[in-house]
Amino acid sequence: MLGFVIQRLLQAFIVMLVISFLVFVGVYAIGNPIDVLISPDADQRVREMVIRQYGLDLPLWQQYLGFLGRLAVGDFGRSFVFNMPVLQLVLSRLPATLELTLAAVLGATLLGVPLGMYAGYKPDGLVSRLIMGLSILGFSVPTFWVGLVLILTFAVTLGWLPAGERGETVTVFGVPWSFLTLDGLRHLFLPALNLALFKLAMMIRLARAGTREVMLTDVVKFARAAGETERTILARHVLRLISIPLVTVFGLEFGSTLAFAVVTETIFSWPGVGKLIIDSISSLDRPVMVAYLMLVAFLFIMINFLVDISYAALDPRMRVRRA
Amino acid sequence: MDHPLAGIWGEFRENRVAVAALAIVLVIALVALLAPLIAPQNPYDLAKLVLMDARRPPGYVGSGGYVHILGTDAQGRDLYSAILYGLRISIQIGVLAGMAALVVGAVLGTCAAYFGGRIEAFIMRIVDLQLSFPAILLALMLAALLGKGMAQLVAALVAAQYAYFARTAHGAASVERSKDYVEAALSTPLPAYVVVFRHILPNCLPPLIVVATVQIANSISLEATLSFLGLGLPPTEPSLGMLIANGFQYMLSGRYWISIYPGIALIVLIVAINLVGDQVRDQFNPRLKR
Amino acid sequence: MSALLEVADLTTHFMTRAGVVRAVEGVSFEVAAGEVVGLVGESGSGKSVTGLSILGLVDPPGRIVAGSIKLAGQELVGLDGESLRRLRGRRVAMVFQDPMSMLNPVLTIATQMRLAIEAHESVSKEAARTRSIEALAAVRIPDAAQRLDAYPHQFSGGMRQRVAIAIALLHRPALIVCDEPTTALDVSIQAQILTEMRGLVRDLGTALIWISHDLATVSSLASRILVMYAGRIIEEGPTAAVLRNPRHPYSRGLLESLPFRVEPGRDLQQIPGSTPSLLRLPDGCAFRPRCGQATELCHKMPLLERHERRAFRCHHPLPAEVGR
Repeated sequence: MLGFVIQRLLQAFIVMLVISFLVFVGVYAIGNPIDVLISPDADQRVREMVIRQYGLDLPLWQQYLGFLGRLAVGDFGRSFVFNMPVLQLVLSRLPATLELTLAAVLGATLLGVPLGMYAGYKPDGLVSRLIMGLSILGFSVPTFWVGLVLILTFAVTLGWLPAGERGETVTVFGVPWSFLTLDGLRHLFLPALNLALFKLAMMIRLARAGTREVMLTDVVKFARAAGETERTILARHVLRLISIPLVTVFGLEFGSTLAFAVVTETIFSWPGVGKLIIDSISSLDRPVMVAYLMLVAFLFIMINFLVDISYAALDPRMRVRRA
Repeated sequence: MDHPLAGIWGEFRENRVAVAALAIVLVIALVALLAPLIAPQNPYDLAKLVLMDARRPPGYVGSGGYVHILGTDAQGRDLYSAILYGLRISIQIGVLAGMAALVVGAVLGTCAAYFGGRIEAFIMRIVDLQLSFPAILLALMLAALLGKGMAQLVAALVAAQYAYFARTAHGAASVERSKDYVEAALSTPLPAYVVVFRHILPNCLPPLIVVATVQIANSISLEATLSFLGLGLPPTEPSLGMLIANGFQYMLSGRYWISIYPGIALIVLIVAINLVGDQVRDQFNPRLKR
Repeated sequence: MSALLEVADLTTHFMTRAGVVRAVEGVSFEVAAGEVVGLVGESGSGKSVTGLSILGLVDPPGRIVAGSIKLAGQELVGLDGESLRRLRGRRVAMVFQDPMSMLNPVLTIATQMRLAIEAHESVSKEAARTRSIEALAAVRIPDAAQRLDAYPHQFSGGMRQRVAIAIALLHRPALIVCDEPTTALDVSIQAQILTEMRGLVRDLGTALIWISHDLATVSSLASRILVMYAGRIIEEGPTAAVLRNPRHPYSRGLLESLPFRVEPGRDLQQIPGSTPSLLRLPDGCAFRPRCGQATELCHKMPLLERHERRAFRCHHPLPAEVGR
């Protein structure tokens, strides 16, 4: 098992290197690196200073090493718009996004898996059909539209919940979290619900499909023949069997949810990394874009890695086969 | 002996919801195709837009002399016409991106399965990595890099989606590759590409079709999202996403129709396609055969 | 003495989209305590569905539509779910054909056996473990204590089947239904398991219903044979008698297609045609289209005639041996 973990870690590291190379090529070799480092309205003197400082007159391979070196230290340059180090900027926005994403993902899974299993256990019942019908809606409707409807219903018409922005925060370990305050929760609810809907629908459908398939297998027949209760069968056999594909999707979808947070954050004016990137794209704040690319790549490789590991932990057959 | 297509249609017909959905999709497609003929106004023609007609509720009689059955938007466009054209764009992009992604992905996946060894490992590793990268982020980045425009948008969508097709094609082709009839075909003097395209690929089509229906709906949704975020098509060719985005600010002041009606049109289209896709998927799933 | 299992007029149908599949039609037989009965037939004969019906494991759209199944006098048809569940595993158990699909691949053998034990008793983990080790040892799995914590894919096919049998035996049920348990195994392993089953059954006094399409395996284990065709029993009798003197043309056809029954050099006789679809059965005797002796009379369904310990369903049965 340890060998497997190390092997995967190594692969992850290599991929990170490849991506850093790709980004470097895209920005420094193809694009004009000056545009990434300085705002276009800087004067000639500043330009020359930056060229020397970043070694832009050096051969490419030296520049790449310099790039890597800066990455390793966390120097992504300064944001044009906010005029602060990009890393600091991104990190300051990260907790908001993480909070939102985790709330959405946890909610979607804890609610979606049992609902989906029920729908798969009794696929022809009325409740099941209702669940599946709703899940199709949740799955098809674009996130931004759901957000609109939510705001329209709960904030404008009913006035129960705020239409956007983050609530009050409490600082734990030097990081501000808003889910620890009531006001924070009120602000968190709608955007989290918006983000969760898509994933909830997906979880329901997956759990249902998996459950339906498993219920027809010999494993269930044999367990029934042994006199095991339906509850035992569902909880100990079916759940374990469908958890493998579910975890894979959960992991991959966590990343997707993080990505969709971009839309939700825009609609609800949630001060997270997603809103940052949209704003940066429209204002052409290139250092932020580069940093976002690297950060996202890193996150995804990490998620991929974790999914691989848990896959192996859940399915004993994988530990031997994957070489 | 029943014709195989008749069997497929027969089973499809039994799910009345799916049949209704298919009908809706076909109607929308027809309407979208005929949009230039049906729509009372050409929403692309900026010269025709009168600002006085802007933000009018449904039922208003505009300066063109006809009733705006769904109202007008912030630029004075007849919403009904804009929605028709918007549906047209949505379907165009959805089908174009979906089909292109299918071709790219199917070729890649089948080749990977056929050649095996390092080529296969290399291609599939890239595909796997890309699969774990969310389509929306990829599309976002590409759209930002490539700029606005139909071609760029389709390219971004294809790049974001080909991986699903590649993975499916690879899986199916791998199974086919090891079957006897392929070995037999390979032992004849037929060139390799004939074996791949005439023999292996057709048998991979069913799962690819299932993925295609889902991906077309996804493309439409993605395009709308990108347009909503301001990254899709230029503002002169309003897609449904952009209409919704433009109307967003007016929602809070009660002029809901500018966002809601395009939204409903979009939802109906996507849900209908997904319903059809669901039935197709269930039908082609061998493990659910009773 | 009343039999352990009394099946009377069991009828199980599947209401499918294409029509009603009459999988089991009016099947009646008895199994005495400790007896090994063989249920033989080709695929589509209804033998597996019969076994599933006894356990109440027929999945929708299938249903027992008529008949009675009495286990030690208790009626099983129409019994409520919980009562049926309490009987399964404890008084009657079932083993299926493919052990790899029967055993849960992501749970250890220990866990699966413990779940089976806990289905009917609350025991401590240690007690469950001890019992599991004993059960594995009884089916001759070496190093039972270590192998207990292994996963199914770490066993060979024959071992896996033994594990399944061990699970079936955990609560010492009075009857075990075995649905083609050796079909998926190598011939040599088949023989091993058959021998062990014989021993086990003798020692524990468990009754067996051994379902198979292979007359050869059945005849080495069963004391009585039932032959099924198109959902009905068409022949019944003590194994030796049926093998030596089949009364139904189909039974004779089955026997003559067995390699070991035929002299070397002579052709194997095949039964012409194929089993009928259970959706569209021919009127009258289901075997009529393939039978060399069919006449006009065979358009009417023959009744099952019983003579002492033999039974057959045919208007033109093969001649009985003298003295039987």
